[in-house]
Amino acid sequence: MNPERREFLLSTGKLLVLSATASMAWEAMVAGQPETAPNYTMTDHWWGMVVDIEACIGCGNCVRACKEENDVPRLPQYFRTWVERYRVKPDDLEHPVVDSPNGGYDGFPAQEKVDPDAKHYFVPKLCNHCAHSPCVQVCPVGATFESPDGVVLVDQSYCLGCRYCVQACPYGTRFIDPRTETVDKCTLCYHRITKGLTTACCETCPTGARQLGDLKDKKDPIHQFLREHHVLVLKPQMATGSKVYYNGMDGSVR
Amino acid sequence: MSGRPSNRQHLVRMAGLFAVGISAFFVLRWLMVPDGFGLYGHYRAGALDEARARPVLYAGQAACADCHGDVVAARAGSRHARIGCEACHGPLYAHVQAGGEKKPARPDSRALCARCHETSPWKPKAYPQVVVAEHSPAGPCLACHKPHAPKMS
Repeated sequence: MNPERREFLLSTGKLLVLSATASMAWEAMVAGQPETAPNYTMTDHWWGMVVDIEACIGCGNCVRACKEENDVPRLPQYFRTWVERYRVKPDDLEHPVVDSPNGGYDGFPAQEKVDPDAKHYFVPKLCNHCAHSPCVQVCPVGATFESPDGVVLVDQSYCLGCRYCVQACPYGTRFIDPRTETVDKCTLCYHRITKGLTTACCETCPTGARQLGDLKDKKDPIHQFLREHHVLVLKPQMATGSKVYYNGMDGSVR
Repeated sequence: MSGRPSNRQHLVRMAGLFAVGISAFFVLRWLMVPDGFGLYGHYRAGALDEARARPVLYAGQAACADCHGDVVAARAGSRHARIGCEACHGPLYAHVQAGGEKKPARPDSRALCARCHETSPWKPKAYPQVVVAEHSPAGPCLACHKPHAPKMS
């Protein structure tokens, strides 16, 4: 090939690629800011939650309030949040006896099986709103994502219902809504927290066992709680960057 | 103009091909990529607004305290002072929006109290618990306890 011609082709090619990129950037700019909620700037927040196992009484208020607020199917296999009941032999952390009748929706009526040697506690579960979510990484179409304020959300109109994310979530927090055949999960009550309210589960928790926290807000009491307690996240070995911090949890919880 | 094309013709043809290819790219992209996709990341930015658009059902403690200052005062200092009103009374945003109409039903105290206070080894040791069947075999809890300040004097 003639050297001059090659140079010409190269520079024309570069110019074309550059202008294509520039036009894409321009398109993104003119698309406008979708942030319409007044007084709420996404980049000022980074949401997380504290769950205090030592305070949870298993009343099930959170489960009922969540289903009510978020219109979750009232069937025993669909939950955005649920409460598990652990019975652990102190010398055998690897084999806890765990159950969750109807996810704790009906509370936990008095139970006959009491083992005086075992320790007993409730563990409320929900989406951990991971900063590096496995579910987001596997979504083939960008229908689930980490929002700029640290909430993992689902784009219902974009979800194919392929169930990859349901399998990828190490915490089992996702389900396919039978009415839409798309995936659903805890949104950390995104419609509430962006209006200055707390989540439905925190609003109705009678003992303060669940507390929403804004990790970017220096005045939020969550910082004091995290300083003063030895908290853990679920499955830290998976490096999900979970932002639901459990106080009073031991190695039997997974 | 017979035989091989001139340099100029080469260029024109290639520019034409580029133009067709690039316009096809933009047309396809415009057809297939929804508005706002990629603005914040690999997702549709509008999904954030859709998540926000869900109606609120639980009004929140501040809204309750706006009108029911007397109850807030009655609860002050009691063991139930820090429980959200809607923990027992249910979702009340509609009640707030209706300016106090759409009053909630009075909770069934026996079932409601037992849900939190029935004895269970799963509950924290320090948490006040009773065996409801022994503590009060019949009758409503409200006969003795005031729910907003439950300690009996």
